[in-house]
Amino acid sequence: MSNLIVEIVSPAGKVFTGEATGIQAPGVSGSFEVLRNHAPMIAAFEVGTLRVTIPSGESIKFATSGGFLEVLNNTVSVLAESAELLSEIDLDRARKSEERAKTILAQAGETLERESAVAALERARNRVRAAMGHVGS
Amino acid sequence: MANLQDIRDRISSVENTKQVTSAMKMVSAAKLRRAQEAIFQTRPYSFRMSEVISHIKKHVDPSLHPLFQERKEKNAVLLVIVTADRGLAGAFNTTILKLAEKTISERFARQKESENLFLICVGKKGHEHFQKQGYQLIGDFRGAFDRISFETAYDVTELAREGYNDNRWDEVHVIYNEFKNTIAQNRIVEQLFPIPAELYLTPVMESEMTHVAEYKEGESVDYLFEPDAETILDVLAPRYVRHKLWRIFLESNASEQGARMVAMDSATTNAEEMLGNLRLTYNRARQDAITNELIEITSGADALG
Repeated sequence: MSNLIVEIVSPAGKVFTGEATGIQAPGVSGSFEVLRNHAPMIAAFEVGTLRVTIPSGESIKFATSGGFLEVLNNTVSVLAESAELLSEIDLDRARKSEERAKTILAQAGETLERESAVAALERARNRVRAAMGHVGS
Repeated sequence: MANLQDIRDRISSVENTKQVTSAMKMVSAAKLRRAQEAIFQTRPYSFRMSEVISHIKKHVDPSLHPLFQERKEKNAVLLVIVTADRGLAGAFNTTILKLAEKTISERFARQKESENLFLICVGKKGHEHFQKQGYQLIGDFRGAFDRISFETAYDVTELAREGYNDNRWDEVHVIYNEFKNTIAQNRIVEQLFPIPAELYLTPVMESEMTHVAEYKEGESVDYLFEPDAETILDVLAPRYVRHKLWRIFLESNASEQGARMVAMDSATTNAEEMLGNLRLTYNRARQDAITNELIEITSGADALG
């Protein structure tokens, strides 16, 4: 049986390409998983963890801050705003950037500034959460 | 024969110039490396996004999103022209400006006539060129390449979109250099709004895009949208354009550095050649002078004897 072909790209470059048996994403209305022979779909996803299951059964996890994915003929193209391999996230650094995001948010005045600060904090929290989950498991 | 002092002055002035051009070559080589890295990182995302957009465009009703709708009357046009901020990059700026002018006279002469042609010039060179000729410029993006940032792409997209939604223009095109390699650029005129039905493939896209998600011709695909098509298009369409423009700026920046490096390299080579010739002339003149003096001395001695 052939597998899904998954490609994850972010503005910072190609993050992952290869075969997979499934990919799980934090959908806007709940987490979902794409398996082989899924109907064509375009879906948005939010901040959270992307999990790609490769044919050997292992799963590779990425911390993402949202984006879109397209499913077409067993090919999944993931357009993530950011995607970082969990095993590469430095927990200390992630914690520090979370702290930094908090202080920026505390000082942020304008709405626009505030919005981007909230988004930054959410991203930082997600990285910490995702990385901690990885360390624990 | 020029006199010795004059030649010596010229030699030292050419030497100075050579130093400047070779330093500039080094600087642009370093900048080029960085620009190249940036563009290679950005391309996969932007290309993949274009592909997804073109799939969506083929399979959903274009009336779902204003950026997808082709307008019947194309009375007004906006051109986004991407040049450099600085010169000394060979024919980099001149060729892109010429292409812009050619495009205007061939395709948008009617809009220009009726004063419905608007330009956004990213980069000082284009801005000044078209300002002098009295074109209607929107926004001011001089110095955009001094510190190239995503904000610029965002601002340009918003300007273009606002005017498009207000019916100030019915079509938006972008003219830019695509980075092929250090010595070559592809000059491109591409439609931005409305998002064209057929995905426009630049030469680099054609060679680099891996068509993994291909569907058979004529096959009808019914996409599921999660949450729904409108929400997705509302977010995806502007983001697509922003990233496209961002890629375009990076392409142009890398092309500019490449063009400057090549221009400075040939300027340095020319200076070296010139120095060789000048030194030859200098030595010849010096030898002439010595020979003349000797002749004077010997003939003087002859006359005495």
